[in-house]
Amino acid sequence: MSTANLNPKKLFENFELYVPKLIEKKEYFSPGHRACQGCGEALAIRLMCKALGKDTVITNATGCMEVISSLYPTTAWNLPWIHVAFPNSASVGSGVSAGLKALRRKGRIPDRYVKTVSIGGDGGTVDIGFQALSGAMERGHDMLYVCFDNEAYMNTGIQRSGATPFGSSTTTAPAGKASIGNKTWKKNVAEIMVEHGLPYVATACHSYPIDFMNKVKKARRIKGPSYIHCLSVCPTGWRSTSETCIKLGRLAVEAGIFPLYEVEYGKYKITVDPPEKLRPVTDYIKPQGRFRHLTPDQIKGIQDRVLMEYNKLMNKVNHSKSWDELKAI
Amino acid sequence: MTEKKWPETWQEVNPGCMVFRPGSAKEYHTGSWRAKRPIWDNAKCIKCGVCYIYCPEGCITENADGFFEANMDYCKGCGICAYECWPKAIVMVNEED
Amino acid sequence: MGKRIGMEIALAAAEVAALCRPDVIAAYPITPNTHIPEHLSDIVAEGRLDAEYICVESEHSAISACCGASGTGARTFTATSSQGLLFMQEVLPIVSSMRLPVIMVIGNRAVSGPINIWNDHSDIMYQRDTGWVSLFAANGQETVDMVIQAFKIGEHRDVMLPVNINIDGFQLTHVVEPIFMPDQEEVDRFLPPYKPFAQLHPDKPMTMGALGLPEIFNEAMRAKDEAILQSKKVVLDVWKEWEKLFGRKYEPIESYKTEGAETLLLTMGSMGETAEIAVDDLRKDGLPVGLLKIKLWRPFPFEELRKAVKGAKALAVMDRAVSFGGPGGPVFAEIRSALYDEPKKPKTLNFIIGLGGRDVMVEDFIKMAKKTASTKKLKPEDAYEIYGARE
Repeated sequence: MSTANLNPKKLFENFELYVPKLIEKKEYFSPGHRACQGCGEALAIRLMCKALGKDTVITNATGCMEVISSLYPTTAWNLPWIHVAFPNSASVGSGVSAGLKALRRKGRIPDRYVKTVSIGGDGGTVDIGFQALSGAMERGHDMLYVCFDNEAYMNTGIQRSGATPFGSSTTTAPAGKASIGNKTWKKNVAEIMVEHGLPYVATACHSYPIDFMNKVKKARRIKGPSYIHCLSVCPTGWRSTSETCIKLGRLAVEAGIFPLYEVEYGKYKITVDPPEKLRPVTDYIKPQGRFRHLTPDQIKGIQDRVLMEYNKLMNKVNHSKSWDELKAI
Repeated sequence: MTEKKWPETWQEVNPGCMVFRPGSAKEYHTGSWRAKRPIWDNAKCIKCGVCYIYCPEGCITENADGFFEANMDYCKGCGICAYECWPKAIVMVNEED
Repeated sequence: MGKRIGMEIALAAAEVAALCRPDVIAAYPITPNTHIPEHLSDIVAEGRLDAEYICVESEHSAISACCGASGTGARTFTATSSQGLLFMQEVLPIVSSMRLPVIMVIGNRAVSGPINIWNDHSDIMYQRDTGWVSLFAANGQETVDMVIQAFKIGEHRDVMLPVNINIDGFQLTHVVEPIFMPDQEEVDRFLPPYKPFAQLHPDKPMTMGALGLPEIFNEAMRAKDEAILQSKKVVLDVWKEWEKLFGRKYEPIESYKTEGAETLLLTMGSMGETAEIAVDDLRKDGLPVGLLKIKLWRPFPFEELRKAVKGAKALAVMDRAVSFGGPGGPVFAEIRSALYDEPKKPKTLNFIIGLGGRDVMVEDFIKMAKKTASTKKLKPEDAYEIYGARE
């Protein structure tokens, strides 16, 4: 059922309340997968697949989602899916995209569009998979890359990654008497992807499922490279309760820690407005055991940096011009 | 594809360990992991579907009357549905009870 | 009808790879194989080949892109050498485990430390256990023939394995030789369109690259072992068919003047052609020397080797790589292992030659043959020699 041309506000009140019933009902990521209870990333995958539909081929880096979904002889995937190794989801994806393109052109597969979607965790995207991602996106393959960012190498036991937030305790950058835990700020891959000149880049979170799915649908329509960075709450790694998984994602957005925006042909747009006054970062930090060692001073430092990064983004949003607009100056 | 008994012989293993049964993960019932289970109070339920959309397992489905329930074969008892339910129509109760 | 023309072997390899109608080519340049990806990109740019050419940003991405493309059912091709091959290493066993028939030409080059762009076999010797079918070409004609044969072997439903064709860097890649180049019609007749066993396509969703628990990994490896062993039969069948169509014969181990030979030399790759001249000279002087040239490296032709060395008193194995801390050269170790249980076997010596592009002359082969023939008793510490190391 296509809701693309309907104005939800005209349909009925409280649209956000009832819209779950309008989304694709088929489960492309079937239950029976071995993700932890309350896994935000598994939810995000489930939602992404609903937005993509059946004409999709997925390439997956080694990581949580790959391991829990594909234990031979069963698979949780109701879509064509390939996993090769850890650093190469994007390069396998460029091969899939090229293969599908060549085969369709030569008439060896049915003449209809099949989208290549490469997915990986923050490890397989931001660190070990970074080269492949940058290369694939620079070459302009027709593929969507989605990074499911749970902010550490969760599958191997919560080790620090380039996407681990400042002050978070991980098993390779643990908090202790001599250390605050992770000492560096999160690598902003979405902005790096904008600088690759991609026609569509977005940040998303499973806690805003309709926003996420709309972004996936938008990216799917791009006949070229696109990138979505999806914050995925990991109760196991973040040391939070399984039921607050969705809530934590919302807190990250409402505190301005992970703003949800999209960059379409160079034009920045916030897609989920945070509250007029951003929530204090403490609201987000307190429920998570990975931050429990932080002192009020350290939290103040984080608060300042979060505001700085948020203002940096808002500056871009406010002054942003699309590529066409820039050409016309 | 004929059903093979697990564990397979080397002759039975699919070439490349390819899996030709999409969605076959369903054969593994993760419901055994549960310590708590969700119980719906349909008197409070407003049939919005938020519990359905937020279930990481995808095991909550709408029944013929438009109410929702979780498939106990797969529900891991994470409690997200109960936490997110707007009118608090879902309650998590211990498995042993 | 094909023509006999003089062409640089790397360019010829690219030309016939194009004739095999690959759908996706993903390659990264590295000396000395650069002319292969370069020429293929020329062919695609001129419109002579309808293929997707991916200028990948590394060799790891090259082989990964080939996996992805092969998974969709596309015919794929890549080429590399030395450090590039080692950078691919993580993925190489996965390609064969996933039963994807990716075809790769390797311009054999020394593995670094110190960096050296010239020819030896150390790069392929790191790949012995990866489960790829491996062919060794000794000259331009063999190169061209083996590239085409490789597609047919790898894609055969009883094989479904990746194949690499090894050609000596510079010694072959950059050398111009007269080669019978088949034409498109002849290649099409020999090589049918690729019919993949499984394809990534939504019409029939399937999962490739699943996780193998301990309960199944052992069986998966047994199945993979069976696949590479069974591939030998297909290699021989393909070579029989090739001989019928093109009149050129291929055997896992080619014998040169081995009738009545008491001393045998054993080579792999282009050094075999130099060794042939040495054998001719030695035979002229009345010395009963012969030569064995290995063309099929993996799966290793154990039966053919045992048969080929029967009756010989001494065997000199020429290696072009060192297995440091091991029993000498890698080929030597395999030969010894193959002959271990034979009641009568020749005394086997190992000469490690031609490392990092060091030239090996006819005179050197003559010296090594004479030394092999005259060695009475072999001390374990003399089993292998890094030939010609200045002292």
